[in-house]
Amino acid sequence: MKSRLLTSILAGVAGTLAVASVASAAELTVYTAVEAEDLKKYAAKFNEDYPDIKINWVRDSTGIITAKLLAEKNNPKADIVWGLAATSLMLLGEEGMLEAYSPKGVEKLDPKFRDSANPTKWTGMDAWVASVCYNTVEAKKAGLPVPTSWQDLTKPVYKNQVIMPNPNSSGTGFLDVSSWLQLFGEEGGWKYMDGLHENIARYTHSGSKPCKLAAAGEIPIGISFAFRGAKSKAKGAPLEIIVPTEGVGWDMEATAIIKGTKNLDAAKKLADWSITKKANEMYNKGYAVVAYPGVAKPVKHFPPQIATAMIKNDFAWAAKNRKAILAEWQKRYDSKSDPK
Amino acid sequence: MTDQTLQTRATASAIKPKLSRDDWVMRAFILGIGLWLVVTLLLPLYSMLSKSAQNKDGAFVGLANYIEYFSTPALFHSINNSFFIAIVSTIITISLASVFAFILSRSMIPFKGVFKGIALLPLLAPSLLPGISFVYLFGRQGVLKDWIGDYSIYGPIGIVMGEVFYTFPHALMILIAAFSIADARLYEATVVLRTSRIRTFFTVTLPGIKYGLISAIFVVFTLVITDFGIPKVIGGQYNVLATDIYKQVIGQQNFEMGAVVSVVLLIPAILAFAVDRFVQRKQVAMLTARAVPYEPKPHALLDKIFFVYCCVIGLAIIGIIGMAGYASFVTFWPYNLELSLNNYDFDVMDGGGWSSFYNSLKMAAYTAIFGTVIIFTGAYMVEKAKGFKFMRGIIQFLCMIPMAVPGMVLGLAYIFFFNHPDNPLGIIYGTMPILVIVTIAHFYTVSHLTAMTALKQMDPEFETVSASLKVPFFRTFLKVTVPVCMPAILDISIYLFVNAMTTVSAVIFLYSTDTSLASIAALNMDDAGDVAPAAAMCMVIVATSAGVRVLHALLTRGMARKTQAWRKR
Repeated sequence: MKSRLLTSILAGVAGTLAVASVASAAELTVYTAVEAEDLKKYAAKFNEDYPDIKINWVRDSTGIITAKLLAEKNNPKADIVWGLAATSLMLLGEEGMLEAYSPKGVEKLDPKFRDSANPTKWTGMDAWVASVCYNTVEAKKAGLPVPTSWQDLTKPVYKNQVIMPNPNSSGTGFLDVSSWLQLFGEEGGWKYMDGLHENIARYTHSGSKPCKLAAAGEIPIGISFAFRGAKSKAKGAPLEIIVPTEGVGWDMEATAIIKGTKNLDAAKKLADWSITKKANEMYNKGYAVVAYPGVAKPVKHFPPQIATAMIKNDFAWAAKNRKAILAEWQKRYDSKSDPK
Repeated sequence: MTDQTLQTRATASAIKPKLSRDDWVMRAFILGIGLWLVVTLLLPLYSMLSKSAQNKDGAFVGLANYIEYFSTPALFHSINNSFFIAIVSTIITISLASVFAFILSRSMIPFKGVFKGIALLPLLAPSLLPGISFVYLFGRQGVLKDWIGDYSIYGPIGIVMGEVFYTFPHALMILIAAFSIADARLYEATVVLRTSRIRTFFTVTLPGIKYGLISAIFVVFTLVITDFGIPKVIGGQYNVLATDIYKQVIGQQNFEMGAVVSVVLLIPAILAFAVDRFVQRKQVAMLTARAVPYEPKPHALLDKIFFVYCCVIGLAIIGIIGMAGYASFVTFWPYNLELSLNNYDFDVMDGGGWSSFYNSLKMAAYTAIFGTVIIFTGAYMVEKAKGFKFMRGIIQFLCMIPMAVPGMVLGLAYIFFFNHPDNPLGIIYGTMPILVIVTIAHFYTVSHLTAMTALKQMDPEFETVSASLKVPFFRTFLKVTVPVCMPAILDISIYLFVNAMTTVSAVIFLYSTDTSLASIAALNMDDAGDVAPAAAMCMVIVATSAGVRVLHALLTRGMARKTQAWRKR
């Protein structure tokens, strides 16, 4: 009697908890870090060609989506990732979480924008490029000259006037650090960051925050990425988007199918579509540099010279040394807390 | 099992050889509640502890993670920071709140009810609200930024100010309770003995509130050291334990280190909790039956000073909430001060959109309903069941644990436990039910204590009489116990509802995009730099909690007339 009652109670509890989570064949769970305001547009464009595949977005910032995917490694919930940093996807690839599949037409993409392996594990969409957001109103108030290079930012005049993302949590922060190490060499890169650290007011968790803070006048200079700067400028912020002369680091948003998905066919269709010319034209609405050659048109408020300023980024090197770089960064800069 | 329990068992069975049907059912319920607590609390915590002693591949590595933690200055410095913040905030909050509580319970200033209402307002807001508000008050573009001179609000100053705002009502409620149990006879004695006011304060007033004061100190300390929202929003480079857990887990996907920091954070929280429990047990005997309630007398000058003090604190609280409210309507701070509803257009913001608010409403409603049923039933079984003492003792102990477990720690523990591939309960991972369950577990203790207090006031004769009339216990439970305890039940449900609306810490690791919550959306919007929309989302939460509170007050009044008439003669 006791046990029967117990089982019935448990069954009742389990009954209340159980939530139908079975997806039909034409539904895809898509993990993404694409900006929220673009998601509806992306799904609608895709559905023009594949009306019977429903996209269920799971959207969060790069770090969180990556953490989520890793946490779910043994028990994946995503069918496909559409729009996540390539370095994150490489990390997942190392963990053996990605399905090797070359989408139709992959050879048309700029080789920079696709996995070198054959078949490919991931394919690029667009480049997401570091930039400096410079608030002209606040800079004038503080009497700051316009910086033109990364080295300029280490000048004493900018003390406590610069914010950048923490590379340990932000993909943008990491691409900055990795680009400085590639530009200035290992030793020179760390020396540069030592100098920059003197001027940094604080490090933020997210990569878009420095630019939004600059846009709101909370800081004159935010190290962020060009896309964010262009968006804020479009909203009327007194911003100048500066592309430092030494060259800028970048990462790309990319697509990959998660190994073990139950909806492989639909996922392949989305992967195929994600590299079409049409899709790239769609990415080009926000991003000036896209994976499909010859598609890119200038984007309003985007610095025109940005494509040429992109450094020759060694993603394999960055992915391989990521852990060591972040540990070193944390040792140097994270332990130092403001005395004030 | 000790001999004594065996003996009691033996005697019990000697008197009553056969357990009745009611007894069996009650025992089944007790086991059910026990199982619930084990699954939603004990097992997750155990998974977390074991995770802290594993490497990335899940192999046992003993204390290796702890050694790594304590050899990384960036990490263990946070212990100092956390303690520093907690101690400073506790001193300030307790000083401010004890004076406020003293005034409300021992003076004759006007508008006491209004002041108390204002002072409790921070309870309705998520803890990130003060952080956001301080950005607008004291940030670079802040309206009052001259007040803090060259110091930066992003750091310890901002955190401490935010924590004081957030913990003030918690301290105040405990201290008001402590002040109001004074025995007027002692004060009459001081008057007769012509003791000076100051001496009276130190020899009568202070010893009288001693236990309440200690309890308030530890409650505030625990709240501050485990809080995540304020340091996240305004902490800048100042790392504390709670934000470290978040950084390790979300920023670096280092779950093992997250577990280590969680254990480190768990220790002071448990210690503070243990002291608090110990002290509370002593307080019970304070008020004797012969005590006479203290009645404050007017004092012209002091009452004026007190009134000004209350006005200052009240204005500060309203100012902080008001600033966030104002900023949420400003189109583009500080360059376009035109008022608009743009920041409330959550659907185009990164973070969750309006759907996260509806999720929050749903989550809070489910938590209030299921939580109240589970917790009240559990408390009833623990209090009213006969025999089975050992099991009831264990459950009583389990019910106390959540108070000592920081929300972030509980949330992380849930990931480890519920997302384990071998766990059949894994189906709830990433769904609404897991959010409801974790929230119930997180706020279990206070609700349980409220229920216990109400149940203890009920005469056990009810059960005896119904038993002798052969009325099944659940009928007594539904027809007598529940109506009589209705005020307490409503209190529990409102407590659960408001906390479910405002909580961030436990759910931050557990939400999925379909089940994003309003408070998390606010946090993520702030994280992405959308500070004004974050303020807007906080205001939506405040308005909702306030609305529900008002509804609750009306309901209680109506209900009281119906169910509590028996209390009057």
